[in-house]
Amino acid sequence: MAEIEIKNLHKSFGNFVAVKNSNLVIENKEFFVLLGPSGCGKTTTLRMIAGLELPTSGNILLDKEDVGYLRASQRDIAFVFQLFALYPHMNVRNNLAFPLKMQKFSKTEVDAKVMEAAKLLRIDHLLKSKVSSLAGGDRQRVALGRALVRRPKAFLMDEPLGTLDAEFRELMCLELRKLHDDIDATTVYVTHDQQEAMSMADRIAVMNEGEVLQADSPKIIYNKPKTKFVANFIGSPGMNFIPIKEKIIPNQSSIKLLDSSLKIPEQREGTNSNENFLGVRPENLRLVSENGVKGNIFGVEYLGSRKILTVETQLGNIKIRVDSDTQVKINEQIQFNTLNNNQIIFDGSNDMALQSEFMN
Amino acid sequence: MDTSRSPSEASGFSRKLAATIIIVYMVVTLIPISWMVATSFKSVDSAISYPPEVFFEPSLEGYVNLFTNRSRQPKDYLDSLPPPDTWYEELVRSREMVITGPSKFLPRYSNSLIIGFGATFFSVFLGSLAAYALSRFKVPLKDDLLFFILSTRMFPPIAVAVPIFIMYRKLGLGDTHVGMIILYTVVNLSLSVWLLKGFMDEIPREYEEAAMIDGYSRMQAFFKVVLPQATTGIAATAIFCMIFSWNEYAFAVLLTQFNAQTAPPFIPTIIGEGGLDWPAIGAGTTLFLIPVMIFTVVLRKHLLRGITFGAVRK
Repeated sequence: MAEIEIKNLHKSFGNFVAVKNSNLVIENKEFFVLLGPSGCGKTTTLRMIAGLELPTSGNILLDKEDVGYLRASQRDIAFVFQLFALYPHMNVRNNLAFPLKMQKFSKTEVDAKVMEAAKLLRIDHLLKSKVSSLAGGDRQRVALGRALVRRPKAFLMDEPLGTLDAEFRELMCLELRKLHDDIDATTVYVTHDQQEAMSMADRIAVMNEGEVLQADSPKIIYNKPKTKFVANFIGSPGMNFIPIKEKIIPNQSSIKLLDSSLKIPEQREGTNSNENFLGVRPENLRLVSENGVKGNIFGVEYLGSRKILTVETQLGNIKIRVDSDTQVKINEQIQFNTLNNNQIIFDGSNDMALQSEFMN
Repeated sequence: MDTSRSPSEASGFSRKLAATIIIVYMVVTLIPISWMVATSFKSVDSAISYPPEVFFEPSLEGYVNLFTNRSRQPKDYLDSLPPPDTWYEELVRSREMVITGPSKFLPRYSNSLIIGFGATFFSVFLGSLAAYALSRFKVPLKDDLLFFILSTRMFPPIAVAVPIFIMYRKLGLGDTHVGMIILYTVVNLSLSVWLLKGFMDEIPREYEEAAMIDGYSRMQAFFKVVLPQATTGIAATAIFCMIFSWNEYAFAVLLTQFNAQTAPPFIPTIIGEGGLDWPAIGAGTTLFLIPVMIFTVVLRKHLLRGITFGAVRK
C-alpha cells in the first residue's frame, strides 16, 4: 500500500481550469474522500492520480516516486467507476481475472486470486453469471473485486455508490469501509454526497472551483470549517451566516447583534472588512424566553428525531435545530441565542474563518 | 371498448394492414428471384418458350452448361464415341455436344469470394481503427476530416473510373486481386468509418479506461474490450461492405479480364449457341446469391440490433 502526494497539481482544458495548483498528502492506509459539488475538479484530480488525464503541471508522487506522467497501466493502482464498467462480454470470473491476465500469473494462481477476492466480497456463487444478469449491488461488488484482485498500491473510486438506491448505499458504505480496513488499503474516494464522505472518511478534502479548500478529519471539517463555502456545503442544513456590521479586532470577545450583545470566542485575528459574518450551526442555537434575538417562525421541518425551524429575523432567515417535541406555530414570535461558544467569524473580504479561542 | 391491449400497442386492423403490405412487398421482390431460380432448373427450350412455363420438367442443364465448355459435333462423330461415363456427359451428348473442359465459372466465383471477403475484412478492420480514433482522440480538424471522408460518397464511384483505370495500369494493379481488394476497400471505407464511429461513440470510455488501468495498453484494450462490444456494429457494417463488393459490376468490367475477373462481369458472358443460355445464366446467378445470403442470415441477428442500436438508451 502507498502514500500519495499531490504537489502543485494543475489541469486546464483550454480556457477552463479544472484543478488549480492543488496540494494534498494522502497517508498510507488512509480512507481519503474528495468532496465537492459537481464540476469542482474532484473527478479530474482522481483521474490524474489514475493516469487517465495528464496534468498540465505539477507532480503526483506514489510512494515518493513521480508517476504524474506515466501511463495508467504503469502505476499499479485500481479504479472503480461510477457505472462499474464491467466488461459485458465476459462473465464474472473473467471480469475478475482480466487484470491478472496481464501479469503472467499461472492459471492456478489466477484462479486462487479470483476465488480469494470473490469470497471476500461474497460473490463466489456468482462467478459463472453474466454481468448483465446481476443486480446493482452485485455489480458493485464485482467492480470492487476487479479492483482489489491484484492488490494494487491504491484504490481510486469515482462515486461508486452513485447509482445504487439509498438503502443499499448505506449498507455498501459500511462494507466499503470494512473492506478498506480488512485489506489495509489506501483509498481515494470521490463523492458529492457529504453523508457518504462523513461516514467513511478518515479525512475529507472539500473542493470547489478546482481548489482544495480544506483537508481534515470529518469532525474538524464539520465543526471548524476554514471557509464559508465549506461551512455551508457540509451539514444539512448548512451553517447560518449572520451578517455583522463591525470590524473585528484581535482579542474581541463579543459582538453587537441588533440591540443585544453576543458573546463570541476570543478572537486571535482581526478582519479587513467592516462587513463580516458570524457562522453558527443550527444545533448551536437554542430558543430562550428572554434576552435573545427576536424573530418569527417562518417554517418548521419535522425530521423525526428533531425539528429544523426557519426563523425570520431582521438579520435574515436563520435555521435552528430543536428537539422534535418542541411546540412552535408558524408566525409565532420567539427569541433565541447561542448554546455554546462554537461560533466562527468569517472575514467578509475573503470568506476565510478567523483564528480564535475556538478555531485553533 | 377493447381495453385488453395497451394504448401504445397496434390495433388489430393496423396489424393486419402491416402484414398485408409486407406480404405484397415480399411477393413483388421475391418473384424475380424465384423466377431466376426456376429458370436455372429449366432446359434451354423451356426457358425461352412462350407463353412462359410456370410448371416444367426440372433439368440440370443450366448448371452443367455453367460449369463446362462444350462444342457441337456432327451426329456420326458422336455415334463413333464410346458411351458417356457420367450423367452430365450424357446430358450434353443428348444436345449433340461434347464437353471440351471446365468453364471459367469456378475461378471467377472464387475470385469473387477472395475479393469480396478480403475487401470486407479490410474495410471493417481499417474502418474500426479510424472510427475509434475519431471517436476517442482529439484529432486536429476532426469535423473536416469526417466530412472529407463522407464526401467520397457524394458521387458515384464510377465517376472516377478513368483516373483509376490509368492509375491502375501505371501501378500494375489492373486485373489483380490486390488491386480489386484495395479499390473496394477504399470505396467502402467512408461508409464503414461513419457507421462504426456511431457505434464506437455509444461504447462508454470507462471500459477501455478500466482495461488500461488494469495494465493493458490502449491497443490491447481496443482489441480485448472495445471490439467485442462493437460486434453489432461490425456485423452491420460488414454486411453493407460485403454486399457492395460482392455485387460491384462496373469497376470489375473495367479493371479485370482474366486473372482477377469476378463473377458479376463473367455471368453475362455465358452465351450459348444461337442466343443467350438463360438456364446457365440463371444457375450462375443463383449460385452467386448463396454466399451473400448465408453471410446476411448468419449476421442477421446483429444487423437488426445494429441498425436500431442507440435509438433507445438501454
